[in-house]
Amino acid sequence: MAENNRAVLKLKEKFTTSIIDVVEFRGEVTVTVAKDAIIEILSFLKQSLQYNLLTDLTAVDYLGKKEERFMMVYLLYSIPNKDRLRIKTPVAEADCRIPTASTVWRTANWLEREVYDLFGITFDGHPDLRRILMTDDWVGHPLRKDYPLQGPDREPYKGRLS
Amino acid sequence: MATTETMTLNMGPQHPSTHGVLRLVLELDGEVIVKVTPHIGFLHRGVEKLAEHRTYHQILPLTDRLDYLAPMSNNLGYILAVEKLMAVEVPERAETIRIIMAELTRLESHLVWLACHALDIGAMTVFIYAFRERETVMETYELISGARMTSNFFRVGGLSQDVPEEFVKKVSDFIDSMPGYLDQYEGLLTTNPIWLKRTIGNGVISADDAIDYGITGPALRGSGVDWDLRRDNSYSGYDKYQFKVPVGENCDTFDRYKVRLVEMREACKIVRQALDKLKPGPVLADCPQVCYPPKENVYNSIEGLIHHFKIASEGFYAPEGEVYQGVEAPKGELGFYLVSDGGNKPERMRIRPPSFVNLQAIEKMSVGSMIADLVAVIGTLDIVLGEIDR
Repeated sequence: MAENNRAVLKLKEKFTTSIIDVVEFRGEVTVTVAKDAIIEILSFLKQSLQYNLLTDLTAVDYLGKKEERFMMVYLLYSIPNKDRLRIKTPVAEADCRIPTASTVWRTANWLEREVYDLFGITFDGHPDLRRILMTDDWVGHPLRKDYPLQGPDREPYKGRLS
Repeated sequence: MATTETMTLNMGPQHPSTHGVLRLVLELDGEVIVKVTPHIGFLHRGVEKLAEHRTYHQILPLTDRLDYLAPMSNNLGYILAVEKLMAVEVPERAETIRIIMAELTRLESHLVWLACHALDIGAMTVFIYAFRERETVMETYELISGARMTSNFFRVGGLSQDVPEEFVKKVSDFIDSMPGYLDQYEGLLTTNPIWLKRTIGNGVISADDAIDYGITGPALRGSGVDWDLRRDNSYSGYDKYQFKVPVGENCDTFDRYKVRLVEMREACKIVRQALDKLKPGPVLADCPQVCYPPKENVYNSIEGLIHHFKIASEGFYAPEGEVYQGVEAPKGELGFYLVSDGGNKPERMRIRPPSFVNLQAIEKMSVGSMIADLVAVIGTLDIVLGEIDR
């Protein structure tokens, strides 16, 4: 079914070399693409396929589980067609940066600031890349897997957590 | 030659009209706003980080505390995401009660919005009236879950328990009286010259801009975009209900006010339909791998006790994969994105907070207007800092 998705068909036609993987799980289609084509693909989806709403933008840390540590996730929605599409792109720890999507949707501005704040991924070309939830002088990026749950310089919680 | 300078003014985080701990740094030219820089994060508790260290059942109480004016909507979004991940079918009675509670929650959240919004602009009477009705919803919460705000009532696969007998009468009476109360509020506001002067033409944002900024919910519909998740990407059985989706025209605070008031009337209709549908039956799915066992089994049989212990201590293991579930929360699209690596805890839980995304448009909506109008813009966006800061 994922092969018949309107966006997947077009993407395969236009960006053959950039598509890494297409997965369908519980009726949701996820397309993993290469990092260097990400903005081109997102703009194409917005302009030509009417994915006009950027519902969410976030990251996942796969420390020790995947070759490239971070995965950027873009959740798109098309108000005219009422369907969703998830675009993902891997970001390596050694080159922890990606072009900003705030040029495509203004929503991305704060969402990218949050990812920068909590994951430490830099967004090239972002108009205002500052921390947003943590204080300006905070050290570290709390949502990284190697950041302790209790915060830095604290005794780990001895009780049961799970 | 005279020169003019802009002035920087700090508003919040302790300010009665910022609805929590929102801090705005304003750049002013006289009384006209030149720039607004929101500073958020004062209430950051790291819910997403905490969720990575808890089992799926243990995360539920964390979600009450996001948008604390609409706890059950948050519960519903999270529960539906987990159910999608686990592919659990929910019994009809549980689904119906969930819809009743989600719509009562919408009423509750909109009542607080109306009360505070009106109070901010100077109409104090509405505040007192709206909180009177909100109290009934809080009592209903207490009746079924024992708590007024931190409900924690839904469970993966259904509900924690069935509702007591007096529930139907209490909700039914409330729904019957609510349209009259709404007329009362409208009588105080809709034709009130001060209210009209403060809201018409305030905080204008066009439909294209609103979509570009990712605004969702009543704020988007106020700008004329006819889109509601309950109708367009139906979940939890909303497709079995008839309701209208109100849409505004003028993209201003007054239209958003009208949209929300119609939404409250529609919510009453949905609850009425749900009450008519409500039939006796189980409230928890027959899915022992995922759900807690019934309490009488826990107290009376060794198998039930072991089962309860297993679910409480270890939880359940989710299949590898990722799901996103968006629900039409009172403030906009609330989404839960769960990534599972096959363990009993999520690898990542992302909350898509409607208030966070909507607040971003505050600059677009208030630059060029007077400082007093900013208060109306904050009110009309209907933000809750617990959800923004997470």
